[in-house]
Amino acid sequence: MSGSGTADPAGARAHARAMAGTRVEAMPTVPATAADDRPAGVAPDAMLWAETIAAGGYAAKRLDRGARLRLVDLHGDACLSTLVFNAERPIERLNVADTLKVQWNAYLGAGRLLLSDMGKVMLSILEDDAGSHDAFCGASNALSNARRYGDGDNWGAHPNARDRFALGVAKYGLGRKDIHPCINWFKGVRVGHDGATEPQIGPFAPGRQVTLRAEMDVIVVLANCPHVLDSRPEYIVTPARALAWRGPPTPVDDPIRNATPEGLRAFLNVEEDLRR
Amino acid sequence: MTTILDEIVPARAPWDAVVRKGQTLRIIDLEGNQAVDFLMYALADDAERYSAQDTIAAQANVFLRAGATLLSNEGRAMVTITATSVDYHDTIGGACSCESNTLRYGHHTKSQHACVENFLQANGRHGRGKRDMVSNINWFMNVPVEADGALGIVDGISAPGLFVEIRAEMDLVAVVSNCPQINNPCNGFNPTPVRMIISA
Repeated sequence: MSGSGTADPAGARAHARAMAGTRVEAMPTVPATAADDRPAGVAPDAMLWAETIAAGGYAAKRLDRGARLRLVDLHGDACLSTLVFNAERPIERLNVADTLKVQWNAYLGAGRLLLSDMGKVMLSILEDDAGSHDAFCGASNALSNARRYGDGDNWGAHPNARDRFALGVAKYGLGRKDIHPCINWFKGVRVGHDGATEPQIGPFAPGRQVTLRAEMDVIVVLANCPHVLDSRPEYIVTPARALAWRGPPTPVDDPIRNATPEGLRAFLNVEEDLRR
Repeated sequence: MTTILDEIVPARAPWDAVVRKGQTLRIIDLEGNQAVDFLMYALADDAERYSAQDTIAAQANVFLRAGATLLSNEGRAMVTITATSVDYHDTIGGACSCESNTLRYGHHTKSQHACVENFLQANGRHGRGKRDMVSNINWFMNVPVEADGALGIVDGISAPGLFVEIRAEMDLVAVVSNCPQINNPCNGFNPTPVRMIISA
């Protein structure tokens, strides 16, 4: 076979190197300091991560305490299912039930906290102009995608969020048992009369975003697959942008830290854990 | 029906048993309003376990009622609620832990016994650990969600002798914490025994 010039290593190398500089929508910006969509007021050298997550794709990132993470629903149909682990001890992880129960509320939005299973705050929500998120319905799986789209495999056209998570956590040495109940950003679920779930699927206006602050060193795993209650017959999901930048740890007079007695104790428990 | 097992779980205690496909487990709230925290794992592969989120999504409702099929994290049926004399049961409130108690009530509650302690002990006998903790079922516990999203564990809707019965749709391990919580109304502020009957 010839024609592509790849019959010998030198030709294959030249062929591979000729791809350099290719730009597609779903890709990381490396280095992140070169991202042209830095948030206002963020210096280039403060940027930690800039990646556009593909429709059906996933990403995982370690962020230090104080880092900000902004998730952007670029085109209005992203659904970012999210796992969170304590980067120092990944056996500590997001607990969705405690997150709702401790805050006495079913819905996530600005000022709310994501709590671990060890009584600590992992992330706080600084800003949110989406207002439609979901702590109830979790990740799609191979069976649910197969029912709706014909298949749900990682190697096919309709990946499911759970199997995306399995790949994301594996790259941090974690396995299937580490995939815990998740949060879905951008696609919402409200609880109606008599417990009925009311999905908010959109599509929404492009550019909605939520900004989080890491309250401990965390590993965040994101899967961008159609919401499990998205009833559209087609596999509809659009790319999402993740932007992270360095920031100061939360000061003691922070309004979110002090907003509720339960939340304050979640911050105190983190601060106590970090006392060295 | 043949009774395979008939046991009393003391107040505040853990419990676990294998339930084979087709067998039923009846849980009886002997003295009323006793939350029974419940997890289950596929016997063949305990990385497959109960998923509150998959179950809620599939039935489009946060409450567990008679007829509900409870799903695993792989989306497969684990059990069906064949009968219950209580209107609904909870699966969004999670299990109490020493650590979450410090948030909900204050650090003075950290030394109190909690459901996560029971789950860790019961699972620890079989090689499972903290990674095996996920959102659980709370039989006989009442967690309403109001129109503005307000949510909380409130006074129960169970009573002495009321029960729930589930039929296993796969071979599974059932793990229970007979909830020791004394800081909210999930046990009427008084933990009591429950009865477990497995039949085939």
